[in-house]
Amino acid sequence: MINIPSTVKISLRALMVNRMRSVLTMLGIIIGVASVITMMAVGTGAGRKISEQMATIGSNLLMVFSGAATSGGQRMGAGTQPTLTVGDVEAIRRECGAVEDAAPLVNSTMQVVYGNQNWSTIIIGTTPNMLDIREWGVAAGRPFMEEDVRSASKVCLLGQTVADNLFGGMDPVGQTVRIKDVPFTVIGLLRKKGQNPSGQDQDDTIYLPITTAQKRLFGSTLYNMVRIIFIKTRSFEDLEPAERQVTELLRQRHHIGPRQDDDFSVRNLTQIMQSAEQSVSIITALLSAIASVSLLVGGIGIMNIMLVSVTERTKEIGIRMAVGAKAADIRFQFIIEALLLSLIGGMGGIAIGAAGSALISVFADWPTIITAWSILMAFGFSVAVGIFFGFYPAYKASLLNPIEALRYE
Amino acid sequence: MSLINIENVCRTYLPGGEPIRALDAVSIEMEAGEFAAIMGPSGSGKSTFMHILGCLDTPTSGRYLLDGQDVSTMSPDRLAEIRGTKIGFVFQGFNLIPRTNALENVELPMLYNGLGAAERRRKAMEALKTVGLEGREKHNPNQLSGGQQQRVAIARAIVNDARIILADEPTGNLDTKTGGEIMDLFVRLNRERGKTIIIVTHEADIAAYSRRTIRFLDGRITGDQRR
Repeated sequence: MINIPSTVKISLRALMVNRMRSVLTMLGIIIGVASVITMMAVGTGAGRKISEQMATIGSNLLMVFSGAATSGGQRMGAGTQPTLTVGDVEAIRRECGAVEDAAPLVNSTMQVVYGNQNWSTIIIGTTPNMLDIREWGVAAGRPFMEEDVRSASKVCLLGQTVADNLFGGMDPVGQTVRIKDVPFTVIGLLRKKGQNPSGQDQDDTIYLPITTAQKRLFGSTLYNMVRIIFIKTRSFEDLEPAERQVTELLRQRHHIGPRQDDDFSVRNLTQIMQSAEQSVSIITALLSAIASVSLLVGGIGIMNIMLVSVTERTKEIGIRMAVGAKAADIRFQFIIEALLLSLIGGMGGIAIGAAGSALISVFADWPTIITAWSILMAFGFSVAVGIFFGFYPAYKASLLNPIEALRYE
Repeated sequence: MSLINIENVCRTYLPGGEPIRALDAVSIEMEAGEFAAIMGPSGSGKSTFMHILGCLDTPTSGRYLLDGQDVSTMSPDRLAEIRGTKIGFVFQGFNLIPRTNALENVELPMLYNGLGAAERRRKAMEALKTVGLEGREKHNPNQLSGGQQQRVAIARAIVNDARIILADEPTGNLDTKTGGEIMDLFVRLNRERGKTIIIVTHEADIAAYSRRTIRFLDGRITGDQRR
């Protein structure tokens, strides 16, 4: 029969006798656990940040860019050669089964003027459903409607950054701003959206009906042409079929032969984000694995000290055996001792890891999140290390011959 | 049936090459309540005999019946159990656990037979009282004199109600006066509690306390006198 409270008491006393040695032995586990906790906190924080940014773009999104323009032998970027049309958008909405909705986008950077204030921003011409696709809406006023698109009315929605820069604290709704000397009535203020994953301020923009943008601002050459088509699918699983369907439909509509390159490109933003998230979790796992090497080293330190302790206390082991301790009792005592070393070390490591993560959050401005899972894992890991590395010394102790152990000086 | 029944016990060591016969066909019987001294020069086999008697070792051949049980073929764990319940050891060097107070040292054997904390404490206090160490429960071994340490060891030997006390040169580290006091304690335990006491010694003065002297030489019993 094994007496747990007494064994723990005996072990604690043995550890207290060699206080310095015990603390130094624990240090390996403390450092190991603390670094695993910190690495996981940093990784989880990064993952969470990516997910949050991903949510600001809108979920289950595909973007179709019109083809690259070639100018003097240099191919420009995607979207520079307008090859997509409003008709393409309509066709995608009509014919691609996996697509829930699609909206066209034309854009250009222009100067906006209100009174004596002016600001350079991205002018986006689109249709009303763009806000739904991007999971966006207005904070004040109203969004523009289909009628506004049909009649190419001179109305616009301001992003928060633009409103702040042109109007300060004033309510912009109902005011008139000028873009390229064309007066636009501000009918609404967009909700704050924040940065996108590449760090661009999504609130530094003005939305207006696509027809108005094409006719009044971007010139007749671009009439009816579209820079980017935003496509939303019903679910994440629909993204790939949608990508296939859209590519097939556009190749058909643009009369592209089997061996010819696409004059457009489809980007699966959600998938890109998903893989970014995945690589963050892989890096987290990798960092944690490296950190856990120090746990292993700490475990070896425990084994080393336990072996020393067993040798030092050979006589004590002999006495215990003489008064009736069985091999299992001796084994248990030394395993408990190793376990206490690693458990106390583990708890210290969790505390230091939590403090370290908090410091990283504050000083490196990097979000860190400590999950219950990471604490549980670090804790479980240190228990496992204690038992694993405590077993051999304990086993060695239990094999001692009581007569020889008693003779040991 | 005698308490200890040893028949034809041999113990051979093989320290490398030539076997050494530490015990050579030893047979002896001892009754409950005896007070015996085992004497002999070093190398005579008395220590080996003591180890086998105390179930710390098992014979190479022959049979050892302790209280009717054949302990010569028992597993190490069963032997530990026998040591914990039937035998109390007293050593020359006291063999107390350092940095552990008298009370906890006396409680030690009871840690391994499943007694509750309160019961352990009660029995340990009682045993310390029996050996005359009331009030010293919280003292660590290094705060006690040699005689007091040996008393703690005796309390530890009797705390589990062991029927046999095996003492290996129990006065070897003590002055004559203290040694005498320890021997008086053994006599008292033998008379008042009916403990079977077996003492290994090479001092005739100490052997004189016993009522039976068993002499060893070259692994054999060469004398067995009763008084």
